[in-house]
Amino acid sequence: MLLITCPWCGPRAELEFRCGGEAHIARPADAMNISDADYARYLFMRKNPKGWHYERWNHAAGCRRWFNALRHTATHEIRATYKPGDRKPEPPR
Amino acid sequence: MNRYSIFSLARNALSHHEDWQQAWRSPDPKPGYDVVVVGGGGHGLATAYYLAKEHGITNVAVLEKGWIGGGNTGRNTTVIRSNYLWDESAHLYEKSLRLYEGLSQDLNFNIMLSQRGVVNLAHSEHDMRELKRRVNALRLNGIDSEVLTRDEVKRLIPILSCEGHARYPVLGASVQWRGGVARHDAVAWGLARAADAHGVDIIQNCEVTGIMREGGRVAGVETTRGTIRAPKVGCVVAGHASVLAAMAGISLPIESHPLQALVSEPIKPVLHTVVMSGAVHAYVSQSDRGELVMGAGIDAFNSYAQRGAVNVVEHTVAAVCELFPIFGRVRVMRTWGGIVDVCPDASPIIGKTPVEGLYFNCGWGTGGFKATPGSGWVFAHTIARDEPHPLNAPFALDRFTSGALIDEHGAAAVAH
Ligand SMILES: Cc1cc2nc3c(=O)[nH]c(=O)nc-3n(C[C@H](O)[C@H](O)[C@H](O)COP(=O)(O)OP(=O)(O)OC[C@H]3O[C@@H](n4cnc5c(N)ncnc54)[C@H](O)[C@@H]3O)c2cc1C
Ligand SMILES: [Zn+2]
Repeated sequence: MLLITCPWCGPRAELEFRCGGEAHIARPADAMNISDADYARYLFMRKNPKGWHYERWNHAAGCRRWFNALRHTATHEIRATYKPGDRKPEPPR
Repeated sequence: MNRYSIFSLARNALSHHEDWQQAWRSPDPKPGYDVVVVGGGGHGLATAYYLAKEHGITNVAVLEKGWIGGGNTGRNTTVIRSNYLWDESAHLYEKSLRLYEGLSQDLNFNIMLSQRGVVNLAHSEHDMRELKRRVNALRLNGIDSEVLTRDEVKRLIPILSCEGHARYPVLGASVQWRGGVARHDAVAWGLARAADAHGVDIIQNCEVTGIMREGGRVAGVETTRGTIRAPKVGCVVAGHASVLAAMAGISLPIESHPLQALVSEPIKPVLHTVVMSGAVHAYVSQSDRGELVMGAGIDAFNSYAQRGAVNVVEHTVAAVCELFPIFGRVRVMRTWGGIVDVCPDASPIIGKTPVEGLYFNCGWGTGGFKATPGSGWVFAHTIARDEPHPLNAPFALDRFTSGALIDEHGAAAVAH
Protein backbone atom coordinates (compact mmCIF):
# COMPACT_ATOMS: atom_id res chain seq x y z
CA MET A 1 0.00 0.00 0.00
CA LEU A 2 1.25 3.48 -0.81
CA LEU A 3 2.07 6.18 1.73
CA ILE A 4 0.84 9.37 0.11
CA THR A 5 1.53 12.90 1.32
CA CYS A 6 -1.53 15.08 0.92
CA PRO A 7 -0.28 18.66 0.34
CA TRP A 8 -2.74 19.82 2.99
CA CYS A 9 -2.89 16.97 5.53
CA GLY A 10 0.52 15.30 5.32
CA PRO A 11 1.39 11.60 4.96
CA ARG A 12 -1.58 9.23 5.04
CA ALA A 13 -2.29 5.62 4.00
CA GLU A 14 -3.43 5.03 0.43
CA LEU A 15 -6.77 3.75 1.78
CA GLU A 16 -7.79 7.38 2.43
CA PHE A 17 -7.34 8.34 -1.22
CA ARG A 18 -8.95 7.82 -4.60
CA CYS A 19 -6.76 7.69 -7.68
CA GLY A 20 -7.93 9.99 -10.49
CA GLY A 21 -5.62 8.83 -13.27
CA GLU A 22 -3.33 10.86 -15.52
CA ALA A 23 -2.94 14.54 -14.58
CA HIS A 24 -2.56 17.69 -16.65
CA ILE A 25 -5.08 16.70 -19.31
CA ALA A 26 -6.67 19.97 -20.31
CA ARG A 27 -10.20 19.92 -21.68
CA PRO A 28 -10.09 21.37 -25.22
CA ALA A 29 -11.21 25.00 -25.06
CA ASP A 30 -13.22 24.72 -28.27
CA ALA A 31 -14.63 21.23 -27.66
CA MET A 32 -17.62 21.70 -30.00
CA ASN A 33 -15.44 22.37 -33.03
CA ILE A 34 -12.51 19.99 -32.75
CA SER A 35 -12.27 16.80 -34.80
CA ASP A 36 -13.51 13.45 -33.48
CA ALA A 37 -9.92 12.23 -33.49
CA ASP A 38 -8.80 15.14 -31.31
CA TYR A 39 -11.71 14.58 -28.98
CA ALA A 40 -10.83 10.87 -28.73
CA ARG A 41 -7.26 11.85 -27.87
CA TYR A 42 -8.52 14.05 -25.05
CA LEU A 43 -11.15 11.63 -23.76
CA PHE A 44 -9.53 8.20 -24.14
CA MET A 45 -5.84 8.23 -25.06
CA ARG A 46 -3.44 7.94 -22.12
CA LYS A 47 0.35 8.01 -21.86
CA ASN A 48 0.47 5.05 -19.44
CA PRO A 49 4.28 5.18 -19.23
CA LYS A 50 6.51 2.62 -17.59
CA GLY A 51 8.34 5.24 -15.55
CA TRP A 52 7.47 8.64 -14.08
CA HIS A 53 3.77 9.43 -14.21
CA TYR A 54 1.90 12.62 -13.34
CA GLU A 55 -1.39 11.63 -11.78
CA ARG A 56 -4.33 13.03 -9.83
CA TRP A 57 -5.37 11.92 -6.37
CA ASN A 58 -8.32 12.86 -4.20
CA HIS A 59 -8.03 12.78 -0.41
CA ALA A 60 -11.50 11.21 -0.22
CA ALA A 61 -11.46 10.21 3.46
CA GLY A 62 -9.60 13.34 4.57
CA CYS A 63 -9.80 16.92 3.36
CA ARG A 64 -11.54 15.72 0.15
CA ARG A 65 -9.37 17.92 -2.02
CA TRP A 66 -7.74 17.03 -5.33
CA PHE A 67 -3.98 17.26 -5.86
CA ASN A 68 -1.29 15.92 -8.19
CA ALA A 69 1.53 13.46 -7.70
CA LEU A 70 4.67 12.46 -9.58
CA ARG A 71 4.99 8.70 -9.11
CA HIS A 72 7.08 5.98 -10.76
CA THR A 73 4.91 3.20 -12.17
CA ALA A 74 7.55 0.47 -11.90
CA THR A 75 8.95 1.25 -8.41
CA HIS A 76 5.86 3.06 -6.98
CA GLU A 77 8.19 5.77 -5.58
CA ILE A 78 6.32 9.03 -5.08
CA ARG A 79 8.76 11.85 -5.82
CA ALA A 80 6.43 14.78 -5.19
CA THR A 81 2.85 15.75 -4.46
CA TYR A 82 1.65 19.26 -5.25
CA LYS A 83 -1.47 21.39 -5.31
CA PRO A 84 -3.50 22.00 -8.46
CA GLY A 85 -2.16 25.07 -10.19
CA ASP A 86 1.37 24.54 -8.82
CA ARG A 87 4.13 24.12 -11.40
CA LYS A 88 4.66 20.48 -12.15
CA PRO A 89 8.00 19.15 -10.88
CA GLU A 90 10.57 17.81 -13.34
CA PRO A 91 10.95 14.02 -13.33
CA PRO A 92 14.34 12.97 -11.87
CA ARG A 93 16.88 11.93 -14.47
CA MET B 1 7.13 -33.70 -33.48
CA ASN B 2 6.72 -36.96 -31.59
CA ARG B 3 3.06 -37.48 -30.82
CA TYR B 4 2.07 -37.94 -27.20
CA SER B 5 -0.06 -41.05 -26.64
CA ILE B 6 -0.47 -44.00 -24.33
CA PHE B 7 2.03 -45.86 -26.54
CA SER B 8 4.68 -43.14 -26.41
CA LEU B 9 4.21 -43.07 -22.65
CA ALA B 10 4.79 -46.81 -22.44
CA ARG B 11 7.75 -46.67 -24.84
CA ASN B 12 9.41 -43.89 -22.87
CA ALA B 13 8.82 -45.70 -19.60
CA LEU B 14 11.23 -48.37 -20.89
CA SER B 15 14.00 -45.76 -21.07
CA HIS B 16 13.05 -44.29 -17.67
CA HIS B 17 11.58 -41.17 -19.34
CA GLU B 18 15.04 -39.89 -20.15
CA ASP B 19 14.63 -39.71 -23.94
CA TRP B 20 11.58 -37.50 -24.37
CA GLN B 21 12.03 -35.11 -27.24
CA GLN B 22 12.29 -31.43 -26.37
CA ALA B 23 8.80 -29.91 -26.62
CA TRP B 24 10.07 -26.99 -28.70
CA ARG B 25 13.45 -25.87 -30.02
CA SER B 26 15.33 -22.82 -28.76
CA PRO B 27 16.75 -21.42 -32.00
CA ASP B 28 18.81 -18.25 -32.40
CA PRO B 29 16.87 -15.51 -34.15
CA LYS B 30 17.24 -15.36 -37.94
CA PRO B 31 17.94 -11.97 -39.57
CA GLY B 32 14.38 -11.81 -40.91
CA TYR B 33 10.94 -13.42 -40.90
CA ASP B 34 7.66 -13.03 -42.78
CA VAL B 35 5.91 -12.22 -39.52
CA VAL B 36 7.29 -11.31 -36.09
CA VAL B 37 4.95 -11.77 -33.14
CA VAL B 38 6.02 -9.78 -30.07
CA GLY B 39 4.99 -11.39 -26.78
CA GLY B 40 5.12 -15.09 -25.92
CA GLY B 41 1.96 -15.28 -23.85
CA GLY B 42 -0.93 -17.50 -24.82
CA HIS B 43 -2.29 -14.95 -27.28
CA GLY B 44 1.04 -14.49 -29.08
CA LEU B 45 1.66 -18.23 -29.27
CA ALA B 46 -1.88 -18.85 -30.53
CA THR B 47 -1.37 -16.17 -33.18
CA ALA B 48 1.77 -17.91 -34.43
CA TYR B 49 0.12 -21.32 -34.31
CA TYR B 50 -2.91 -20.23 -36.36
CA LEU B 51 -0.73 -18.25 -38.80
CA ALA B 52 0.99 -21.53 -39.57
CA LYS B 53 -1.99 -23.84 -39.36
CA GLU B 54 -4.74 -21.77 -41.00
CA HIS B 55 -2.77 -19.52 -43.33
CA GLY B 56 0.35 -21.54 -44.18
CA ILE B 57 2.65 -18.76 -42.92
CA THR B 58 5.42 -20.63 -41.10
CA ASN B 59 8.40 -18.28 -41.39
CA VAL B 60 7.36 -16.72 -38.10
CA ALA B 61 9.16 -15.79 -34.87
CA VAL B 62 7.60 -15.30 -31.45
CA LEU B 63 9.80 -12.95 -29.40
CA GLU B 64 9.40 -13.12 -25.62
CA LYS B 65 11.34 -10.93 -23.22
CA GLY B 66 11.19 -13.47 -20.40
CA TRP B 67 9.95 -17.02 -20.67
CA ILE B 68 6.80 -18.05 -22.54
CA GLY B 69 3.67 -17.93 -20.42
CA GLY B 70 5.48 -15.97 -17.70
CA GLY B 71 3.15 -12.98 -18.02
CA ASN B 72 -0.58 -12.96 -17.38
CA THR B 73 -0.96 -16.32 -19.11
CA GLY B 74 0.79 -18.00 -16.18
CA ARG B 75 -0.71 -15.74 -13.51
CA ASN B 76 -4.43 -15.88 -14.14
CA THR B 77 -7.20 -17.77 -12.40
CA THR B 78 -8.06 -19.72 -15.58
CA VAL B 79 -11.80 -19.05 -15.71
CA ILE B 80 -13.20 -19.76 -19.17
CA ARG B 81 -16.71 -18.74 -20.26
CA SER B 82 -18.48 -16.93 -23.10
CA ASN B 83 -21.46 -15.38 -21.29
CA TYR B 84 -20.94 -11.80 -22.49
CA LEU B 85 -23.91 -9.50 -23.01
CA TRP B 86 -23.22 -7.70 -26.29
CA ASP B 87 -23.37 -9.54 -29.61
CA GLU B 88 -19.83 -8.59 -30.67
CA SER B 89 -18.30 -9.97 -27.47
CA ALA B 90 -20.57 -13.01 -27.32
CA HIS B 91 -19.51 -14.08 -30.82
CA LEU B 92 -15.81 -13.53 -30.19
CA TYR B 93 -15.67 -15.30 -26.80
CA GLU B 94 -17.90 -18.12 -28.05
CA LYS B 95 -15.52 -18.70 -30.97
CA SER B 96 -12.76 -19.01 -28.41
CA LEU B 97 -14.69 -21.39 -26.19
CA ARG B 98 -15.39 -23.62 -29.19
CA LEU B 99 -11.71 -23.68 -30.08
CA TYR B 100 -10.92 -24.52 -26.45
CA GLU B 101 -13.31 -27.46 -26.61
CA GLY B 102 -11.19 -29.06 -29.33
CA LEU B 103 -7.80 -27.72 -28.32
CA SER B 104 -6.37 -30.73 -26.47
CA GLN B 105 -7.00 -32.94 -29.53
CA ASP B 106 -5.85 -30.27 -31.95
CA LEU B 107 -2.57 -29.65 -30.12
CA ASN B 108 -2.02 -33.25 -28.99
CA PHE B 109 -1.46 -31.76 -25.53
CA ASN B 110 -3.82 -32.07 -22.58
CA ILE B 111 -4.84 -28.57 -21.55
CA MET B 112 -7.03 -30.07 -18.81
CA LEU B 113 -10.16 -28.21 -19.88
CA SER B 114 -12.74 -28.82 -17.17
CA GLN B 115 -16.21 -27.63 -18.16
CA ARG B 116 -17.55 -27.65 -14.62
CA GLY B 117 -19.93 -24.71 -15.06
CA VAL B 118 -19.58 -21.04 -14.20
CA VAL B 119 -22.18 -19.71 -11.77
CA ASN B 120 -22.85 -15.96 -11.49
CA LEU B 121 -24.72 -15.00 -8.32
CA ALA B 122 -27.46 -12.40 -7.95
CA HIS B 123 -27.80 -10.69 -4.57
CA SER B 124 -30.62 -8.22 -5.27
CA GLU B 125 -33.74 -7.80 -7.39
CA HIS B 126 -31.72 -5.61 -9.70
CA ASP B 127 -28.95 -8.23 -10.04
CA MET B 128 -31.64 -10.78 -10.84
CA ARG B 129 -33.20 -8.64 -13.59
CA GLU B 130 -29.82 -7.94 -15.17
CA LEU B 131 -28.92 -11.59 -14.98
CA LYS B 132 -32.13 -12.68 -16.74
CA ARG B 133 -31.60 -10.10 -19.42
CA ARG B 134 -28.10 -11.46 -20.01
CA VAL B 135 -29.28 -15.07 -20.10
CA ASN B 136 -31.91 -14.13 -22.70
CA ALA B 137 -29.38 -12.25 -24.81
CA LEU B 138 -27.03 -15.23 -24.66
CA ARG B 139 -29.69 -17.69 -25.69
CA LEU B 140 -30.59 -15.50 -28.66
CA ASN B 141 -26.92 -15.79 -29.63
CA GLY B 142 -27.07 -19.59 -29.30
CA ILE B 143 -24.90 -19.68 -26.18
CA ASP B 144 -25.86 -22.07 -23.40
CA SER B 145 -27.06 -20.27 -20.32
CA GLU B 146 -29.68 -20.89 -17.64
CA VAL B 147 -31.27 -19.10 -14.73
CA LEU B 148 -31.13 -20.94 -11.40
CA THR B 149 -33.51 -20.27 -8.50
CA ARG B 150 -32.15 -19.90 -4.99
CA ASP B 151 -33.12 -23.50 -4.17
CA GLU B 152 -31.33 -24.76 -7.26
CA VAL B 153 -28.24 -22.79 -6.32
CA LYS B 154 -28.39 -24.18 -2.81
CA ARG B 155 -28.61 -27.75 -4.14
CA LEU B 156 -25.74 -27.17 -6.56
CA ILE B 157 -23.47 -25.45 -4.02
CA PRO B 158 -24.49 -26.58 -0.52
CA ILE B 159 -21.63 -24.71 1.18
CA LEU B 160 -22.81 -21.33 -0.16
CA SER B 161 -24.43 -19.05 2.40
CA CYS B 162 -27.75 -18.27 0.65
CA GLU B 163 -30.37 -17.54 3.29
CA GLY B 164 -31.96 -14.24 4.16
CA HIS B 165 -29.71 -13.74 7.19
CA ALA B 166 -26.57 -14.08 5.06
CA ARG B 167 -24.43 -10.97 4.65
CA TYR B 168 -24.94 -11.28 0.87
CA PRO B 169 -28.24 -13.14 0.43
CA VAL B 170 -28.48 -15.07 -2.84
CA LEU B 171 -31.68 -14.62 -4.86
CA GLY B 172 -30.62 -16.81 -7.76
CA ALA B 173 -27.88 -17.24 -10.32
CA SER B 174 -27.07 -17.80 -13.95
CA VAL B 175 -25.00 -20.74 -15.05
CA GLN B 176 -23.07 -21.52 -18.19
CA TRP B 177 -22.38 -25.24 -17.99
CA ARG B 178 -19.83 -25.16 -20.81
CA GLY B 179 -17.75 -22.68 -18.83
CA GLY B 180 -15.02 -23.82 -16.48
CA VAL B 181 -11.26 -23.79 -16.13
CA ALA B 182 -8.17 -25.05 -17.96
CA ARG B 183 -4.51 -25.45 -17.07
CA HIS B 184 -2.93 -22.13 -18.07
CA ASP B 185 0.66 -23.38 -18.44
CA ALA B 186 -0.53 -26.26 -20.57
CA VAL B 187 -2.26 -23.83 -22.93
CA ALA B 188 1.01 -21.92 -23.41
CA TRP B 189 3.17 -25.03 -23.70
CA GLY B 190 0.77 -26.91 -25.98
CA LEU B 191 0.49 -23.95 -28.36
CA ALA B 192 4.27 -23.45 -28.31
CA ARG B 193 4.94 -27.11 -29.09
CA ALA B 194 2.39 -27.18 -31.92
CA ALA B 195 3.61 -23.89 -33.41
CA ASP B 196 7.21 -25.10 -33.23
CA ALA B 197 6.22 -28.28 -35.06
CA HIS B 198 5.00 -26.07 -37.94
CA GLY B 199 8.43 -24.38 -38.05
CA VAL B 200 7.72 -21.30 -35.91
CA ASP B 201 10.81 -20.05 -34.02
CA ILE B 202 10.06 -19.41 -30.35
CA ILE B 203 12.75 -17.11 -29.02
CA GLN B 204 12.81 -16.47 -25.30
CA ASN B 205 14.87 -13.90 -23.36
CA CYS B 206 14.56 -11.57 -26.33
CA GLU B 207 13.09 -8.17 -25.51
CA VAL B 208 11.86 -5.87 -28.24
CA THR B 209 13.34 -2.41 -27.65
CA GLY B 210 12.31 -0.61 -30.83
CA ILE B 211 9.97 -0.87 -33.79
CA MET B 212 11.67 -0.05 -37.09
CA ARG B 213 9.72 1.89 -39.70
CA GLU B 214 10.61 2.80 -43.27
CA GLY B 215 8.40 5.21 -45.17
CA GLY B 216 5.39 4.80 -42.88
CA ARG B 217 5.64 0.99 -43.00
CA VAL B 218 6.93 -1.34 -40.38
CA ALA B 219 10.33 -2.82 -41.26
CA GLY B 220 11.15 -4.98 -38.27
CA VAL B 221 12.13 -4.78 -34.62
CA GLU B 222 15.20 -3.94 -32.56
CA THR B 223 15.77 -6.49 -29.83
CA THR B 224 18.24 -7.34 -27.08
CA ARG B 225 19.39 -10.09 -29.45
CA GLY B 226 19.89 -7.86 -32.47
CA THR B 227 17.82 -6.47 -35.32
CA ILE B 228 15.15 -8.68 -36.82
CA ARG B 229 13.53 -7.58 -40.05
CA ALA B 230 9.92 -8.35 -40.96
CA PRO B 231 7.27 -6.81 -43.22
CA LYS B 232 4.61 -7.60 -40.63
CA VAL B 233 4.80 -7.25 -36.85
CA GLY B 234 2.03 -8.24 -34.45
CA CYS B 235 2.25 -6.96 -30.87
CA VAL B 236 0.52 -9.03 -28.17
CA VAL B 237 2.18 -7.85 -24.99
CA ALA B 238 -0.79 -7.31 -22.61
CA GLY B 239 0.29 -4.94 -19.79
CA HIS B 240 3.14 -3.56 -21.91
CA ALA B 241 0.93 -2.56 -24.87
CA SER B 242 1.40 1.18 -24.26
CA VAL B 243 5.19 0.74 -24.05
CA LEU B 244 5.30 -1.00 -27.44
CA ALA B 245 2.84 1.47 -28.96
CA ALA B 246 5.02 4.39 -27.85
CA MET B 247 7.94 2.79 -29.75
CA ALA B 248 5.87 3.19 -32.92
CA GLY B 249 4.47 6.62 -32.05
CA ILE B 250 0.92 5.31 -31.50
CA SER B 251 -1.41 6.32 -28.67
CA LEU B 252 -3.64 3.75 -27.02
CA PRO B 253 -6.57 4.25 -24.63
CA ILE B 254 -5.04 1.64 -22.33
CA GLU B 255 -3.90 1.88 -18.72
CA SER B 256 -1.87 -0.81 -16.95
CA HIS B 257 -2.91 -1.95 -13.49
CA PRO B 258 -1.88 -4.72 -11.09
CA LEU B 259 -4.40 -7.54 -10.78
CA GLN B 260 -3.94 -10.06 -7.99
CA ALA B 261 -4.97 -13.62 -7.30
CA LEU B 262 -4.39 -16.02 -4.43
CA VAL B 263 -4.64 -19.70 -3.56
CA SER B 264 -5.34 -21.38 -0.26
CA GLU B 265 -3.71 -24.46 1.18
CA PRO B 266 -5.10 -27.60 -0.49
CA ILE B 267 -8.28 -29.06 1.01
CA LYS B 268 -10.53 -31.98 0.06
CA PRO B 269 -12.96 -31.45 -2.85
CA VAL B 270 -15.74 -29.16 -1.69
CA LEU B 271 -16.49 -26.80 -4.58
CA HIS B 272 -17.31 -28.30 -7.98
CA THR B 273 -18.11 -25.24 -10.06
CA VAL B 274 -16.71 -21.76 -10.55
CA VAL B 275 -18.67 -19.28 -8.42
CA MET B 276 -18.57 -15.57 -9.23
CA SER B 277 -20.25 -12.59 -7.68
CA GLY B 278 -20.06 -9.32 -9.56
CA ALA B 279 -21.77 -7.37 -6.79
CA VAL B 280 -19.21 -8.16 -4.09
CA HIS B 281 -16.38 -8.67 -6.56
CA ALA B 282 -15.23 -12.12 -5.65
CA TYR B 283 -14.88 -15.40 -7.45
CA VAL B 284 -13.54 -18.75 -6.45
CA SER B 285 -12.96 -22.23 -7.83
CA GLN B 286 -11.12 -25.27 -6.53
CA SER B 287 -8.09 -26.55 -8.41
CA ASP B 288 -7.36 -30.20 -9.10
CA ARG B 289 -4.79 -30.04 -6.31
CA GLY B 290 -7.47 -28.92 -3.89
CA GLU B 291 -6.43 -25.28 -3.54
CA LEU B 292 -9.13 -22.63 -3.53
CA VAL B 293 -8.27 -20.23 -6.35
CA MET B 294 -9.53 -16.70 -5.79
CA GLY B 295 -9.31 -13.59 -7.91
CA ALA B 296 -9.09 -10.08 -6.48
CA GLY B 297 -9.66 -6.70 -8.11
CA ILE B 298 -7.20 -4.24 -9.63
CA ASP B 299 -5.25 -1.59 -7.75
CA ALA B 300 -6.63 1.78 -8.84
CA PHE B 301 -3.30 3.32 -9.88
CA ASN B 302 -1.23 2.63 -12.99
CA SER B 303 1.58 0.19 -12.39
CA TYR B 304 4.05 -2.13 -14.08
CA ALA B 305 5.29 -3.65 -10.82
CA GLN B 306 3.55 -7.06 -11.00
CA ARG B 307 2.46 -6.74 -7.39
CA GLY B 308 -0.54 -5.15 -5.69
CA ALA B 309 -1.56 -4.01 -2.23
CA VAL B 310 -2.77 -6.23 0.61
CA ASN B 311 -5.99 -4.29 1.16
CA VAL B 312 -7.18 -5.31 -2.31
CA VAL B 313 -6.68 -8.98 -1.46
CA GLU B 314 -8.31 -8.47 1.94
CA HIS B 315 -11.43 -7.06 0.27
CA THR B 316 -11.84 -10.20 -1.84
CA VAL B 317 -11.08 -12.61 0.98
CA ALA B 318 -13.65 -10.88 3.19
CA ALA B 319 -16.32 -11.28 0.50
CA VAL B 320 -15.42 -14.93 -0.16
CA CYS B 321 -15.63 -15.73 3.56
CA GLU B 322 -19.09 -14.16 3.75
CA LEU B 323 -20.27 -16.21 0.78
CA PHE B 324 -18.59 -19.37 2.08
CA PRO B 325 -18.34 -19.24 5.89
CA ILE B 326 -16.80 -22.74 5.78
CA PHE B 327 -13.64 -21.22 4.24
CA GLY B 328 -13.09 -18.94 7.22
CA ARG B 329 -10.30 -21.02 8.75
CA VAL B 330 -8.54 -22.02 5.55
CA ARG B 331 -5.09 -20.45 5.25
CA VAL B 332 -3.87 -18.50 2.24
CA MET B 333 -0.80 -20.09 0.72
CA ARG B 334 0.29 -17.66 -2.01
CA THR B 335 -0.73 -14.35 -3.55
CA TRP B 336 0.69 -12.82 -6.73
CA GLY B 337 -0.03 -10.18 -9.31
CA GLY B 338 0.07 -9.57 -13.02
CA ILE B 339 -0.13 -6.35 -15.03
CA VAL B 340 -3.35 -6.07 -16.98
CA ASP B 341 -4.08 -3.76 -19.91
CA VAL B 342 -7.39 -2.09 -19.12
CA CYS B 343 -9.42 -0.50 -21.91
CA PRO B 344 -12.08 2.17 -21.18
CA ASP B 345 -14.91 -0.07 -22.46
CA ALA B 346 -13.46 -3.30 -21.00
CA SER B 347 -13.18 -4.80 -24.47
CA PRO B 348 -10.02 -5.66 -26.40
CA ILE B 349 -8.42 -3.85 -29.32
CA ILE B 350 -7.54 -6.26 -32.14
CA GLY B 351 -6.52 -4.97 -35.51
CA LYS B 352 -4.53 -2.69 -37.74
CA THR B 353 -2.77 0.49 -36.63
CA PRO B 354 -1.90 3.75 -38.43
CA VAL B 355 1.50 2.14 -39.23
CA GLU B 356 1.18 -0.22 -42.19
CA GLY B 357 2.15 -3.80 -41.40
CA LEU B 358 1.95 -3.19 -37.65
CA TYR B 359 -0.90 -4.88 -35.77
CA PHE B 360 -1.93 -4.69 -32.14
CA ASN B 361 -3.87 -7.14 -30.01
CA CYS B 362 -4.31 -5.79 -26.50
CA GLY B 363 -6.75 -4.43 -23.95
CA TRP B 364 -7.92 -7.85 -22.75
CA GLY B 365 -7.44 -6.53 -19.26
CA THR B 366 -8.66 -8.79 -16.50
CA GLY B 367 -10.33 -11.38 -18.71
CA GLY B 368 -8.35 -12.57 -21.71
CA PHE B 369 -7.33 -16.11 -20.77
CA LYS B 370 -10.71 -17.41 -21.91
CA ALA B 371 -10.07 -15.71 -25.25
CA THR B 372 -6.61 -17.16 -25.89
CA PRO B 373 -7.31 -19.42 -28.90
CA GLY B 374 -10.01 -17.15 -30.36
CA SER B 375 -7.81 -14.08 -30.05
CA GLY B 376 -4.94 -15.84 -31.80
CA TRP B 377 -7.29 -17.14 -34.49
CA VAL B 378 -8.72 -13.73 -35.44
CA PHE B 379 -5.36 -11.98 -35.05
CA ALA B 380 -3.66 -14.50 -37.37
CA HIS B 381 -6.40 -13.80 -39.93
CA THR B 382 -5.92 -10.04 -39.53
CA ILE B 383 -2.16 -10.29 -40.04
CA ALA B 384 -2.28 -12.82 -42.89
CA ARG B 385 -4.98 -10.97 -44.90
CA ASP B 386 -4.13 -7.45 -43.74
CA GLU B 387 -7.78 -7.02 -42.81
CA PRO B 388 -9.80 -8.03 -39.77
CA HIS B 389 -12.04 -11.07 -39.65
CA PRO B 390 -15.74 -10.14 -39.20
CA LEU B 391 -15.43 -11.43 -35.61
CA ASN B 392 -12.81 -8.84 -34.64
CA ALA B 393 -13.75 -5.99 -37.02
CA PRO B 394 -15.85 -4.26 -34.30
CA PHE B 395 -12.83 -4.33 -31.97
CA ALA B 396 -10.76 -1.87 -34.02
CA LEU B 397 -8.82 0.99 -32.44
CA ASP B 398 -10.92 3.56 -34.31
CA ARG B 399 -13.99 2.74 -32.23
CA PHE B 400 -12.69 5.31 -29.75
CA THR B 401 -13.02 7.95 -32.45
CA SER B 402 -16.31 6.76 -33.95
CA GLY B 403 -17.88 6.17 -30.54
CA ALA B 404 -18.92 2.58 -31.34
CA LEU B 405 -17.70 1.30 -27.98
CA ILE B 406 -18.45 -2.22 -26.79
CA ASP B 407 -19.15 -1.46 -23.18
CA GLU B 408 -18.71 -4.66 -21.23
CA HIS B 409 -18.21 -2.93 -17.87
CA GLY B 410 -20.84 -4.55 -15.73
CA ALA B 411 -22.47 -6.08 -18.78
CA ALA B 412 -20.19 -9.09 -18.57
CA ALA B 413 -21.26 -10.13 -15.08
CA VAL B 414 -17.83 -9.78 -13.50
CA ALA B 415 -14.53 -8.67 -14.89
CA HIS B 416 -12.83 -12.02 -15.39
C1 LIG C 1 -4.40 -12.33 -11.43
C2 LIG C 1 -5.05 -12.48 -12.78
C3 LIG C 1 -6.20 -13.24 -12.92
C4 LIG C 1 -6.82 -13.38 -14.16
N1 LIG C 1 -7.90 -14.22 -14.27
C5 LIG C 1 -8.43 -14.46 -15.48
C6 LIG C 1 -9.48 -15.43 -15.61
O1 LIG C 1 -9.88 -16.08 -14.63
N2 LIG C 1 -10.02 -15.64 -16.84
C7 LIG C 1 -9.59 -14.94 -17.93
O2 LIG C 1 -10.13 -15.14 -19.01
N3 LIG C 1 -8.57 -14.04 -17.85
C8 LIG C 1 -7.99 -13.79 -16.65
N4 LIG C 1 -6.95 -12.89 -16.53
C9 LIG C 1 -6.50 -12.14 -17.72
C10 LIG C 1 -5.59 -12.99 -18.61
O3 LIG C 1 -4.56 -13.55 -17.82
C11 LIG C 1 -4.97 -12.16 -19.72
O4 LIG C 1 -5.94 -11.37 -20.37
C12 LIG C 1 -4.32 -13.06 -20.78
O5 LIG C 1 -3.58 -14.09 -20.18
C13 LIG C 1 -3.44 -12.23 -21.66
O6 LIG C 1 -2.66 -13.08 -22.45
P1 LIG C 1 -1.51 -12.48 -23.32
O7 LIG C 1 -0.87 -13.59 -24.03
O8 LIG C 1 -2.05 -11.35 -24.14
O9 LIG C 1 -0.55 -11.77 -22.24
P2 LIG C 1 0.70 -12.30 -21.42
O10 LIG C 1 0.58 -13.71 -21.03
O11 LIG C 1 0.96 -11.29 -20.35
O12 LIG C 1 1.84 -12.25 -22.51
C14 LIG C 1 2.45 -11.05 -22.95
C15 LIG C 1 3.93 -11.32 -23.05
O13 LIG C 1 4.58 -10.23 -23.68
C16 LIG C 1 5.87 -10.17 -23.16
N5 LIG C 1 6.45 -8.85 -23.45
C17 LIG C 1 6.12 -7.65 -22.92
N6 LIG C 1 6.90 -6.68 -23.43
C18 LIG C 1 7.74 -7.28 -24.31
C19 LIG C 1 8.80 -6.80 -25.16
N7 LIG C 1 9.16 -5.52 -25.19
N8 LIG C 1 9.47 -7.71 -25.93
C20 LIG C 1 9.14 -9.04 -25.90
N9 LIG C 1 8.15 -9.53 -25.12
C21 LIG C 1 7.46 -8.67 -24.33
C22 LIG C 1 5.66 -10.43 -21.67
O14 LIG C 1 6.86 -10.85 -21.04
C23 LIG C 1 4.59 -11.49 -21.68
O15 LIG C 1 5.07 -12.80 -21.56
C24 LIG C 1 -6.30 -12.72 -15.30
C25 LIG C 1 -5.14 -11.94 -15.17
C26 LIG C 1 -4.50 -11.83 -13.93
C27 LIG C 1 -3.24 -11.01 -13.82
ZN1 LIG D 1 -5.88 16.03 2.63
